[in-house]
Amino acid sequence: MLNYLLKRIVQVVPVVLIIMIGTFLLLKLAPGDTVDALVGDMGGADPQVIARLRAEYGLDQPVWVQLLVYMKKLVQFDFGWSFVHEQPVATVLMSRLGPTLLLMLSSLFFAVSIGSVLGMIAARKAYSLTDNVISTLGLIFYATPSFFLGLMMIVLFSVKLGWLPVGGIQTIPSFYSGWDYVIDVAEHLILPTASLSLIYLALYMRLMRTSVLEVADLDYVRTARAKGAGGARLMIHHIARNALLPVITLLGVQFSTILGGSVVIETVFALPGLGQLAYQAVIQRDMNVLMGLVFLSSVLVIVVNFLIDLIYASLDSRIELS
Amino acid sequence: MSLIEAKIEAAPPSAWSELWRRYRRNRAAVLGLVLLGLVLAMAATAGLVEPEDPLRRAGEPLIPPFTSWATPLGTDQLGRDILAGIFHGARTSLLIGIVSTVIAVSIGILVGSVSGYFGGWIDDTLMRITEAFQTIPNFVLLLALVAIMGSSLQNMIIAIGIVSWTAPARLVRAEFLSLRGREFVEAARNLGVGDAGIIFREILPNALPPVIVFASVIMAISILLESALAFLGLGDPNYASWGNMIGMGRSVLRTDFYCVAIPGIAIIVTVLAFSLIGEGLNEAVNPRQKKS
Repeated sequence: MLNYLLKRIVQVVPVVLIIMIGTFLLLKLAPGDTVDALVGDMGGADPQVIARLRAEYGLDQPVWVQLLVYMKKLVQFDFGWSFVHEQPVATVLMSRLGPTLLLMLSSLFFAVSIGSVLGMIAARKAYSLTDNVISTLGLIFYATPSFFLGLMMIVLFSVKLGWLPVGGIQTIPSFYSGWDYVIDVAEHLILPTASLSLIYLALYMRLMRTSVLEVADLDYVRTARAKGAGGARLMIHHIARNALLPVITLLGVQFSTILGGSVVIETVFALPGLGQLAYQAVIQRDMNVLMGLVFLSSVLVIVVNFLIDLIYASLDSRIELS
Repeated sequence: MSLIEAKIEAAPPSAWSELWRRYRRNRAAVLGLVLLGLVLAMAATAGLVEPEDPLRRAGEPLIPPFTSWATPLGTDQLGRDILAGIFHGARTSLLIGIVSTVIAVSIGILVGSVSGYFGGWIDDTLMRITEAFQTIPNFVLLLALVAIMGSSLQNMIIAIGIVSWTAPARLVRAEFLSLRGREFVEAARNLGVGDAGIIFREILPNALPPVIVFASVIMAISILLESALAFLGLGDPNYASWGNMIGMGRSVLRTDFYCVAIPGIAIIVTVLAFSLIGEGLNEAVNPRQKKS
């Protein structure tokens, strides 16, 4: 186990280094540097002051020295200063992490659980009317942009029916506490979760359907059937466990896409998370925040993929972590 | 001469007609072609619907659909003709979809073939770079690129190409890994064909079919990426774009939701067309794969 951990870390190091170099290059490519932002903030300064500031920030050093300094800072999760928020970038990012993680975890959970169950139902009655309806809906959801789905659900559930809030993470002003607060937040998350996860739900459903059909033909399933297992028991105890493996693999691949998708969804539903921050950073040209976000989200993806490997190994006893 | 000895041979069907025969069997895939035809027709006739500027004021603001002959699908809050926007938007979407897919596939082929053919440290380096690109959430990277390069149509197409090349690169690399040891490659090498010749003239033609099938998926994703950017108001304001129409329509969502619904349906139809075609092609190219 410890060996496996070490091996994974060794594998990941070059990727992280490349991402660091990449964000550095992007920062360099962006028009204007820290001092330009600072001077702009002060409303202009004379050339001498600007030159002194450049020296102070190390911007007169050769590029590779700057790169090393930058990487050393990134390792310590120091992403620089945000001139828009007047705070260190790391502080800004951490304050926005919560809603995004909440949205992503609930979306993933929703997509995987409902997606696999629907996939199992479709596979069990393969080529029936139920299967065709589920598969067609899956195709359409797969082609629907999440923001469009979100807006249409706002029209239906918030404007016409008035069941759910339009946006935000909690009712303002919020006097709720304890369970009332949790329920309030959950109500605010229903629509964003649904619109972010439906496309992935469709994907997992189709994958699960194929996977169940494949596993159902294997010898051990026939054996189980011969021994009298049938119906739900056969599906849940014998087939589902193995059929889930490809779904779990895809989950790791999809995590980074879902993180990207939450940018749009958070803007639609005014959720104060990382995604909305990314959008604001583009509008306000806050490059430090944007690059910090690129790096932080990559680290998130790496950590999640690692966790998924562990889950995978615990589901499939043939795989050993070595 | 007896009848039994006579050899009657039908001319073997050409590869294309065989492919079409297999493709045709999948009704959903044929529907995909019909939908694509519809979108292509809209793009082709956009000039007839609105010869001048689709972004000009065409009538009163917020005319509901199906109430006026001049603007059959109604107008948005600035009085722009929604029908004209949809037709010209088809042009923009297809242009962005096709060109950024070409960029993504070209980068993918270059990286994947060099990586798979040479192996060793070249492969290691290129694959780490590919992993790095895969790790960064592609929409976040796209936002960063657009923030840096600006969001003219041209830059947006390049940026979308840059964030979508990793999947084709892996695909091409896998094909090259399995093909590079084959006899025809050995034969070419013995004949004195150089590395570049072997990569591009010998192996690549054999590695291409799965990549071309996958291109339709990239096309669908590119169109979705562009619509998301335009929805956020980060697209090129000089071109009609479905995503942008949805973004604008947001402010009148409560009262006139058709401003959002119509371009949304256009996006769904286009993306659906490309996914269906991709699936049909995949089945036609790999007929042994079980129907799923």
